[in-house]
Amino acid sequence: MTNPRRQLCWRSVFVTFAVCTGTMASGEEDRTVEEKETNNKKRTKGAIATAWLTFYNIAMTAGWLVLAVVMVRYYLQKGTHKGLYKNIARTLKFSQTFALLEVGHCAIGIVRTSVIVTGVQVCSRIFMVWFITNSIRQIQNEESVILFVVVWTITEITRYSFYTFNLLNHLPYFIKWARYNMFIVMYPLGVIGELLTIHAALPYVRRSGMYSLRLPNKYNVSFDYYYFLIIVMLSYIPLFPQLYFHMLRQRRRVLHGEIVVEKDE
Amino acid sequence: LDLIVGSVVAAPGPPTPAKRKPTKKTKKAVVFFEVEILDAKTKDKLCFLDKVGKVLPSFSLHWYPARQSIRLDPKGKSLKDEDVLQHLPVGTTATFYFRDLGAQISWVTVFLTEYAGPLLIYLMFYFRVPFIYAPKYDFTTSKHWVVHLACMCHSFHYVKRLLETLFVHRFSHGTMPLRNIFKNCTYYWGFAAWMAYYINHPLYTPPIYGEQQIRLALTVFLFCQIGNFSIHIALRNLRPPGSKTRKIPYPTKNPFTWIFLLVSCPNYTYELGSWLGFTLMTQCLPVAFFTLVGFIQMTVWAKGKHRSYLKEFRDYPTLRSPILPFIL
Repeated sequence: MTNPRRQLCWRSVFVTFAVCTGTMASGEEDRTVEEKETNNKKRTKGAIATAWLTFYNIAMTAGWLVLAVVMVRYYLQKGTHKGLYKNIARTLKFSQTFALLEVGHCAIGIVRTSVIVTGVQVCSRIFMVWFITNSIRQIQNEESVILFVVVWTITEITRYSFYTFNLLNHLPYFIKWARYNMFIVMYPLGVIGELLTIHAALPYVRRSGMYSLRLPNKYNVSFDYYYFLIIVMLSYIPLFPQLYFHMLRQRRRVLHGEIVVEKDE
Repeated sequence: LDLIVGSVVAAPGPPTPAKRKPTKKTKKAVVFFEVEILDAKTKDKLCFLDKVGKVLPSFSLHWYPARQSIRLDPKGKSLKDEDVLQHLPVGTTATFYFRDLGAQISWVTVFLTEYAGPLLIYLMFYFRVPFIYAPKYDFTTSKHWVVHLACMCHSFHYVKRLLETLFVHRFSHGTMPLRNIFKNCTYYWGFAAWMAYYINHPLYTPPIYGEQQIRLALTVFLFCQIGNFSIHIALRNLRPPGSKTRKIPYPTKNPFTWIFLLVSCPNYTYELGSWLGFTLMTQCLPVAFFTLVGFIQMTVWAKGKHRSYLKEFRDYPTLRSPILPFIL
């Protein structure tokens, strides 16, 4: 009696997991059946992968929680956000850079998301942390920085705890609700924070000529970081709607998918 | 959905010659096929034809034949125009799946557009047309002779490509999806502008090793241009005019084709060589970047071609690599 139930539970979790990690091809359903059929070898590999992913997601949840706690404590003690960045800089850099591992997870296949999508997302975060806020000190006390850091913290805590609970087969509904609903507000807010920060950094970049290469030089190439940043800002215009609507579609599919599974049972 | 019948469904060779030449009184049995065409994604029945016995005209309302992909399996490969209904693995009731390939454009059009662009764009930078560089440089020429040489090489390369498209190449497919022309032109035109900007810049720095470097680069460039052209001619001669047959290419009397012993797609090898020569000649990082990106794309194509050669011909020479002898 318990066996078929557990199998079904595994399958629905796997499907939800695959669905929630962004693998939306309709072929995925067939693949989960295939996976069950070639079970033995894959079970051991799957167990190690699951153990590692669980550890990774717990660690990342913890990292971003620490960041949240530090920020709240600082604000309660000092009453202002000035000087906050210096306190959280190291934790932020550490947590965000660690996320590069996620690209590796997709590349070796233990997480079924597109390498390119994950790569682009992680790279844009790394870019913001290392090439904007870390290197342009004058903007570190801007409100927009706090805005996007807060947004990122909330989003990442939700996301990583979602993955953790999924892997442990115990997903509280409110975490799933948070993951698939909060982005509707968080995502645009985060984009606003990032764009405002880059915009604030522009005058300092122009004045200092940082990361730029002028002619003449023996490589016969030039690079202007100022114009590069302007292009980056413009690229949000085509990219943001695509990602936003992708997440909206994922959300609809998860809710819709839930109904279908219930019908089967 | 309206009736969509592509030319593939029409059997070019009718199953019964007796219908056409009634000179002999012997009657051959007429084989009729029933054909149904389903949409590959939704499996809706698009049309059903009974008694397909003779060549059907290809009429369609807005899905012209080049856009139609008819296949035996929804996820399989498209059938070709030359396929005859009789010779396909179907019973007397054939089920085909239809997929709309989207708006199509001919390969020749795409090639001509994507090659004409770099030719003209580079010349605009070479002649320093206004609004590119500072106004005092308008319509001036560079004082470095390597810049003039580079312009000649670059222009020669694209003129060669245009002429080959018009007179040499024999294309297997007539058309490609329309959006490819935007993608391809952005790539070619964008890179051409980026390279040309720096090579023809008033502050251009000539190669460090001066004349030696330029001479070597020019030799490599010309050698590979001739090689590339030789390969295109050899490939053209493999295929009689109007046919779409595929044969294994072999070295000919032309020494430039002897590379076929080691490589499946030497046209790409020579192309890489040409651009390496051009990079060396101009010592320009954007050119190196363009060479790298082109190399990656050509490697992908070469590997695909190599794989399809191996699949199609059992006696395919084992010494050959896709693009770089023994390496890749």
